[in-house]
Amino acid sequence: MIENNDFAPENTIISSKNVDVFYGDKQALFDINLNVAENSVTALIGPSGCGKSTLLRCFNRMNDVIPICRVDGSITLGGQDIHAPNVDVVSLRQKVGMVFQKPNPFPKSIYDNIAYGPRIHGMTASKAELDEIVEESLKRAGLWNEVMDRLDKPGTGLSGGQQQRLCIARAIAVKPKVILMDEPCSALDPIATATVEELIDELRERFTIIIVTHSMQQAARVSMHTAFFHLGNLVEHGATSDIFTAPKDERTQNYITGRIG
Amino acid sequence: MENEHIVKSYDEELTQIENMTLVMGGLVETQILESVTALCNHDQKLAEKVRVDDKAVDVLESQINDLTLRTLALRQPLAMDLRSVICALKISSNLERIGDYAKNISKRTQVLADIRSVGTAERTIKRMGEMVRKMVTDVLNAYINKDLAIADEILLCDEEVDYIHNTLFRELLTYMMENPGNITLCMHLLFIARNLERMGDHATCIAEQVHYVVTGSVPEENRPKADKTSQMIVEENCESKE
Repeated sequence: MIENNDFAPENTIISSKNVDVFYGDKQALFDINLNVAENSVTALIGPSGCGKSTLLRCFNRMNDVIPICRVDGSITLGGQDIHAPNVDVVSLRQKVGMVFQKPNPFPKSIYDNIAYGPRIHGMTASKAELDEIVEESLKRAGLWNEVMDRLDKPGTGLSGGQQQRLCIARAIAVKPKVILMDEPCSALDPIATATVEELIDELRERFTIIIVTHSMQQAARVSMHTAFFHLGNLVEHGATSDIFTAPKDERTQNYITGRIG
Repeated sequence: MENEHIVKSYDEELTQIENMTLVMGGLVETQILESVTALCNHDQKLAEKVRVDDKAVDVLESQINDLTLRTLALRQPLAMDLRSVICALKISSNLERIGDYAKNISKRTQVLADIRSVGTAERTIKRMGEMVRKMVTDVLNAYINKDLAIADEILLCDEEVDYIHNTLFRELLTYMMENPGNITLCMHLLFIARNLERMGDHATCIAEQVHYVVTGSVPEENRPKADKTSQMIVEENCESKE
C-alpha cells in the first residue's frame, strides 16, 4: 500500500512478505513487507505499541511461546521459510540471536554464560575449543580485558553495561547470522551506551543486526537502514540518512521531529 | 502549517531563529538600498551610516549562530527541523556577506566623494542595486512562506544581474580607454558593480537553501549563469570583446 513498503536492499538476508500478526482477536501487525540487508544495521523505530518489537520477535519465532499469538504470511532467512515444517526452532534461534532491553545473564559464571550456547548446540569437541570460543566472543564484545581474570565469577556481578556486552558475547558465541536487539541500551548510562554502539559498529562486519530503539539519535548513529512503524503498519523504510533528513511520509516526519501527529 | 511540537519551547526556538533571520534580512535590504543611494546621490552621511550599521548585521549573525548551535545541541533536530536550522545558519552567513558588500560600496563612495561622474554607469548601478534588493526581498518572502515557486524564480533572476554586470564592465572599460583620468572612478565603479553581482549570487544561494528546506534536495545545477566578465578582453583601438 505504501511505496516504501517494498524498499529492497541488494543483499537481502531476512525478508518478510505480507506478514500479519494477531494477539487473540487483536491485530498487531498489518501486511508487513520488509527486506533486511545482510551485514548491515537496520533500525526499527516507532511509538510504543506500533509493533516493532512484535516484528523483531517474529524473526526468530519468539512469538511461538505466546499461545494466543498467530503469525500469517511468510518470513524467509537466507531464502528459507522459517515457518517450514522441517525448520528446527532451536537451530533457527542459533542463527538468529537476540539481546534484550534488560541485560539478562544466566545466574552462572561469566565463562558458563558464554559456553552455554556452544555446549547445547554441540559446537565444540574439546575444552580447549570451548575456551577459544569464550575468549573470542568476549573479545568481539569488547569485554575480554575487563573480565579475563575473573571468568569464574558470576555474570550477574558485572555492571549493567558489562552485563549487556556479556549478553551480546553470549549471542555471538553460537555464531549467528543475525542478531536481534530489542532496545539494548535503554537501561544503560551514556558511557555504556556508547560502548555498545561502538560494538554494534564493529559487529556489523560479521553479522546482520536489527535493532529496535526509542532513541532517534541512536538509530541515526548506528543504522544504515531505518524502518518506521505506526499503529502496526510499516510506514516508511529506507536509507537512514534519507529517513532522518528528508522523510517522505508525514507520519514519519511528525514522529522523528517530535510533533503532534 | 506544520504540526506543533510536543515541546512548546522547541517551537518557540525555531520561530525565534526564523524571526531573527528575517530581521537580519530586512536590515541587509536597507543596507543595499542605502549604499546604492549614497553612491548615486554622493551622500557621504548616508554612506557613513551604512558603514556603521553593518555592525548590527554582524551582531545578528553571531546571535543566530549562537541560537542555532544551542538548538542543535539541545534538541538534536531531525528531518525538516534539521534542514531549517542548518539553513538559518547558512542564510545568515550569506546575508552577512551581502552586508559586507554594501559596506564596501559605501567605503568606495567615500573615496569617490570629490570625483565627477561620467556617462550612465551610476544609473546602471542603481538599477542593478534595485534588482539585487528585490531578489533579497523575494528570497526572504520565499523563506518565510516556504514558497518553492518564488525561490526557484530567483535562481533565474540572477542571470539578469549578470547581464547588467557584463554591460557595465564593457562600458567602464570604454571610459577608461577614452580617458585615463577616468580610471580611478571606473575601477571603483567596477568593484561596486562586482559587489552587487556577488550580492545576487548570495541571494541565489539563499534561494537554493529555501529549495532545500522545502524539498529536502538541492536544486539541479543547470541554472543559467551569465557573468562573462572573467572572459572579457580589451583590444586596442576597438571596443572590448567577449
